[in-house]
Amino acid sequence: MGLPDTDVTGRSLPQSGAWAKAAREDAQARLHAMGLPGRRDEYWKYTRPDTLIADDPAPAAVFHTDEAPLYDGIDRVKVVFIDGVFDAAASDPLELAGVEIERLETAAQTDIHWAKGLYGTLETNGQTPVARPLAALNTAYATDGVLIRVTGKADKPVSLIYRHENDASDAILHHVVKLEAGADLTLLENGPAAARFNKVLEVDVADGAAFHHVRAQGRDHERQAVTHIFARLGRESTFKSFTMTVNGRLTRNECVIELTGDDAVAHVAGAAMGDGEFHHDDTVFITHDAVNCESRQVFKKVLRNGATGVFQGKILVKPDAQKTDGYQKSQSLLLDDDAQFYAKPELEIYADDVICSHGSTTGAIDDEALFYLRSRGVPEVLATDLLVLAFLAEAIDEIEDEAIAEDVVSRLDAWLQRRRD
Amino acid sequence: MLNIKGLKVKLEDEDKQILKGVDLEVPAGAVHAIMGPNGSGKSTLSYVLSGRDGYEVTGGEATLDDENLLELEAEERAAAGLFLAFQYPVEIPGVGNMTFLRTAVNAQRKARGQDEMSATEFLKVIRAKAKTLKIDADMLKRPVNVGFSGGEKKRNEILQMAMLEPKMCILDETDSGLDVDAMKLVSEGVNALRDKGRSFLVITHYQRLLDHIKPDVVHIMANGRIVKSGGPELALEVEHNGYADILAEMA
Ligand SMILES: Nc1ncnc2c1ncn2[C@@H]1O[C@H](COP(=O)(O)OP(=O)(O)O)[C@@H](O)[C@H]1O
Ligand SMILES: [Mg+2]
Repeated sequence: MGLPDTDVTGRSLPQSGAWAKAAREDAQARLHAMGLPGRRDEYWKYTRPDTLIADDPAPAAVFHTDEAPLYDGIDRVKVVFIDGVFDAAASDPLELAGVEIERLETAAQTDIHWAKGLYGTLETNGQTPVARPLAALNTAYATDGVLIRVTGKADKPVSLIYRHENDASDAILHHVVKLEAGADLTLLENGPAAARFNKVLEVDVADGAAFHHVRAQGRDHERQAVTHIFARLGRESTFKSFTMTVNGRLTRNECVIELTGDDAVAHVAGAAMGDGEFHHDDTVFITHDAVNCESRQVFKKVLRNGATGVFQGKILVKPDAQKTDGYQKSQSLLLDDDAQFYAKPELEIYADDVICSHGSTTGAIDDEALFYLRSRGVPEVLATDLLVLAFLAEAIDEIEDEAIAEDVVSRLDAWLQRRRD
Repeated sequence: MLNIKGLKVKLEDEDKQILKGVDLEVPAGAVHAIMGPNGSGKSTLSYVLSGRDGYEVTGGEATLDDENLLELEAEERAAAGLFLAFQYPVEIPGVGNMTFLRTAVNAQRKARGQDEMSATEFLKVIRAKAKTLKIDADMLKRPVNVGFSGGEKKRNEILQMAMLEPKMCILDETDSGLDVDAMKLVSEGVNALRDKGRSFLVITHYQRLLDHIKPDVVHIMANGRIVKSGGPELALEVEHNGYADILAEMA
C-alpha cells in the first residue's frame, strides 16, 4: 500500500493472517484517505469528535453498584470482555447449538476464514454516501471481538458483557455476525467496556433469517463510546435492535442498515436518559434497495441538567424500492430548561409508491398528567419518573422478548429509584 | 371535616378573580352538594383545594381536620385524606392503570407511616372493588384512562376513590356524560363508601344524581361565591326553575 505502519492515529496494525491483514490494511488506507472527523464535518455538527479521536482517552471512573446486573435471570451464553480484552475464564464455553462463536484475535491469525468478505465489507459499504472514519479506524485496529456464524435457530441468546476495570482503558472491539438463510439469533450486549470504547458490529442477515439485538450501554458517568452497526438484510429477513443508554459523558451510536432483499423488516430503537454531563447522539442511515420492505425507527431521550441529545436519521429510498414503508420517530423529553435536543430527520425518496413518515418532537412533562398523579398521593419526583418511563415505553416496546423487555424496564426503574433515594 | 372560610382565588397568570370569598363547612359523615351555573367557579374550588398549580389564593383559608390544606403539596393533601374525582380525568399513555393505583396506594401509606401493601394483597383488593364497579381486567391493565369511554373514566375515578379510602371526597360533575345505568353504578360505588368518618362534596349540574346520592345540604354557587344553602329541596327548586330566581333573589 505504500503506507507506513502507522497512520493518522499513531496506532499500528495488529498481527494478522492473510484475510484479516488484507481487510485491516484496506481499512487503514481508507481511513488515511478520508481523514479523521473534524469539527467542520457536517455529520459531526452536533457532536464534537475531539475526545473520540484524541491520542489518549480521558480517564473514566468505574461505577460500582450492588444492583443485579442486566439479563441476570436470562439463560444465555456469556462472552466477557474486560477493558476490551476477551476473558475466557469469566466467559461461558463458546458453545451453542446452531451457532459458531470464535474470538477475532484467534480467527485473525488464520489465512482463510468465512469472515473474509464480511469483516470490514459491510463497514466499507456503509461509508457511502457519508464517510464514517471511526468505523474504518475500528476495522483497521480492533484487536478483539467475536465472529459469530448462525446456521440454525439458537435456543438462547449470546450475551456480550463489557466490563470496565481500568480508569484509563481504550478499547476497540469488532464483531461480525453472519446469519445463514432461515437462522435466528438474539444478541445481548451490556456494560461500559472501557473509559473509551469504539465498537463495530457487522451483521449479515440472509434470506428469511432473524436477528434480535438488545444492548445497554454502561452507566459509568465519564465513559465515552462511539459505536457502529452495519447491517445488510436479505429477502424476508428481520433485524431488530434496541439500545438503552443511561449516563456516559459521550455516546455516538451510528446504525447503518441496507435492505437489499424484498419483504425485509428493520427496526431500530433507543431509549436514553441523561443527567448533567451527558451527550448522546443517535445517527441512523437506512437504505431501502428492495421492494416491499419496512423500516422503523423509534428514539426517545430524557434529558436534564444540561444534558444534550442528538438525532440524525435518514431514510433513503432507491428508485426500485417500491412499496417501501418507512417510519421514523424521534422524541425528547426535556425535564428542565438547561437540557437540549438537536434533531435532523431526513427523507430522500426516489421511488413513487412509498409510504414514509417522520416526526421529531421536543416536549416537557405533561403538567395535567403530573397533577393527576400527585392528586392521588404520588410525590412529584416519583410521578415524574412514572411519566419518564411512560415516555420511554414506546421505544422499549420494540423489544420482542418479553422477559428481556421486563428486565430492561426493571433496571431503568431501579436506576430511577436509586436517584430518588 | 372540611372548613373553608372567605376563600378568594385569582388566576396566577391573569388578573382574573374567580373565587370571591367562599364559605363552606362540611362536617364529618355529611354529604354536601354544590350546584351552580357554568363558570361560577365550582371546578376552580375543587382544584384549589386539591393543590393544582396556576391559582393564587388572595384571601381566606381552607382546612381539613385542622390541617391547613393551602400549605400542603398536592400529594400531601391526598395523603391527608383529600380526594378529587376529576370532571375531566386525565389520560396518561404509557402508565398502566394498575401500576398507577398501586403506586398511589403505597405512596399514601408510606406518607402516613404505614407498611406498603403487597402485590398479592393489592391484587385481591382491587379485583373485588373493580368487580362491583364493572371494571374488567382489561381496563385495569390498560394505560390510565387511555381509550376509556366517558363512563369508564368516571367509574375509574370511583375505583381510585375506593382504593385510596380518603376521608374527604370531592366529586366534580361525576355524573356528566353518564347514561342512566352508569350513573346508578357510580352512585352505588359512592354510597358504598358512605361512612360516619367520611364526607362528600358533590358538584353537579343535575338534580338526578342527587336522587341517588342523597345530600344533607345543597349549596348554590354563583360568580365565585356560595349564594344560598338549603336542604335537598333546593336542588329540586333549581331543577324546576333554573338559577334565575335564586340569582334574582340575591341581587
Ligand atoms: N386556567 C384558567 N384559565 C382561564 N380561565 C379560567 C381558568 N380556570 C378557570 N377559569 C375561568 O374561571 C371561571 C370559573 O371556571 P370553573 O371553575 O371551571 O367553573 P365551573 O366549574 O363552575 O363551571 C370561568 O369563567 C372560567 O373560564
Ligand atoms: Mg366545572
